[in-house]
Amino acid sequence: MPERLLMKGNEAAAEAAIRAGCRFFFGYPITPQNELPEYMARRLPEVGGVFLQAESELAAINMVYGASGAGARVMTSSSSPGVTLKQEGISYLAACELPCVIVNMVRGGPGLGGIQPAQSDYFQATRGGGHGDYRTLVFGPGSVQELAEVMMRAFDVADKYRNPVVVLGDGVLGQMMEPVEFPDDYTPDIPEKPWACTGKGEGPKRLINSLYLVPELLEKHNLHLQEKFSAMERDEPRWEEVDLDDAAVVVVAYGTTARVSRAAIEMARAEGIPAGMIRPITLWPFPVTPFEKCVGRARAFLSVEMSMGQMVEDVRLAVAGRAPVRFYGRTGGVIPSPREVLAAIRDAFKAGEAQ
Amino acid sequence: MKKVFARTPVLTDANMHYCPGCTHGVAHRLVAEAIDELGVQGRTVGIAPVGCAVMAYNYLDIDWMQAAHGRAPAVATGIKRVRPESVVFTYQGDGDLAAIGTAEIVHAAMRNERITVIFINNATFGMTGGQMAPTTLIGQKTTTTPRGRDVKTWGYPLRVAELLAAINGDLYIARVSLHDPANVMKAKRAILKAFKTQVEDRGFSMVEVLSGCSTNLGISALEALRWVEENMIPYYPLGEFRTPGGVA
Repeated sequence: MPERLLMKGNEAAAEAAIRAGCRFFFGYPITPQNELPEYMARRLPEVGGVFLQAESELAAINMVYGASGAGARVMTSSSSPGVTLKQEGISYLAACELPCVIVNMVRGGPGLGGIQPAQSDYFQATRGGGHGDYRTLVFGPGSVQELAEVMMRAFDVADKYRNPVVVLGDGVLGQMMEPVEFPDDYTPDIPEKPWACTGKGEGPKRLINSLYLVPELLEKHNLHLQEKFSAMERDEPRWEEVDLDDAAVVVVAYGTTARVSRAAIEMARAEGIPAGMIRPITLWPFPVTPFEKCVGRARAFLSVEMSMGQMVEDVRLAVAGRAPVRFYGRTGGVIPSPREVLAAIRDAFKAGEAQ
Repeated sequence: MKKVFARTPVLTDANMHYCPGCTHGVAHRLVAEAIDELGVQGRTVGIAPVGCAVMAYNYLDIDWMQAAHGRAPAVATGIKRVRPESVVFTYQGDGDLAAIGTAEIVHAAMRNERITVIFINNATFGMTGGQMAPTTLIGQKTTTTPRGRDVKTWGYPLRVAELLAAINGDLYIARVSLHDPANVMKAKRAILKAFKTQVEDRGFSMVEVLSGCSTNLGISALEALRWVEENMIPYYPLGEFRTPGGVA
């Protein structure tokens, strides 16, 4: 029987990382994700790992860069303002093809913002975030169980593509307690890393570097990175479909807003509106496939977010003008209620009827 | 024929890109000699900075990581914590270490990370064209202090060795100069001691190396060495500020 535990999202993410073979954590305190580093501070020394509280987010992500360069499974976690500081290092990690996992338990912004949950870092996470042409694979889990699962997968895909992977949660997911099961007898499959800088021994020297002063060589490096991003777009999209077969209104929502939307869809169906949902589990690459299944039948798509409208741009790109795309969102740490989302579904249904 | 001189084994045969008269080449060789003499070439990882020495990775035949501007001590921390058996050093200039990377160097020293830091202080931002550094001397003209650095606007130059020497723990902190052969020999001993401090797992080590930048000072190589002796050393006294086990 798999072990069934009641855990906070932040703690489940930490435990999942350890079970995935992560032995190094570098971070800086920030609400609402502190349970994650605190769990690591307790647990990592027990399993022969290292927890280090850095002097800043900048230092933390650069410690991750060093640890990854030395061949370790390594992660950091933070929340919005802290993740902004990490962008420098994330750009270098992507440029140098170094795997790592970055958890962002998103809080309201911009600026210092607040400490309540938000989804307003979608642009930052899915568009690279730092300078230069790069992408990070982004997971947007919807439950504590799924958070644990994507954490374990995140380390594998980070190693597979040699690229940073972001797990985008929010204050609700990090703070709430839910039952979570971890697989029995899980042994992480960690590939050899002959490129790691561990001291060259008797072999040739190794170099981890992102400086290319010759434009043609830098372009070539970018084309190589782009091949990996294209492979991710082809192979890595994940999503869940909810009542999509007959859906006239297709809600698109991830994470916490997907939970709210699920309740709203049931309410809509109870009053005769056939609503369904596409729930992206990977936010980048954005899952475009399920849109093709329903774009001809749906009267409208409705992106529901805890932001002023960010993922809605990807929904528009996926729908590509073939159906109306609407948006409903609350922000600043306000969570939309199922009733509010229901109202937005009704509006989308009526507007579609009128067309 | 008897061989009387050979290239230090840890140095590669790549042509260095440094300006004529720049002492980066001398400092590189001293680091290479220390690595060679301690027999740790195969387990050494260098961290290259952003600045004139960014391409240091071309010149020493060891594993290298290139770091973001100022973050070398954090990168070194990551490597060393994963591989405590490796010998990890950063090679940083005064813009990298004493301006944008001030937090990283202070906290690496505070945690007493078992890393070695080679800090080249030439009182200017060399690579970007001679702007003011935190270590630029009072009255020194740079492209961003065209009338000379004045205290009222810019404060006093930062003495990094003294700053780090105020931190508790078994640290090795020294300042050396490369302006003449006798001082180069002293610098060699300090750099060797710094690496030994790490290899013996005693603590953090940093050697501040005073260096001339003839290109940005607009003087000859020889004049740049004299400039270090006459202008830098009076403000940046040489010597050991801390040795493991106590104050030097």
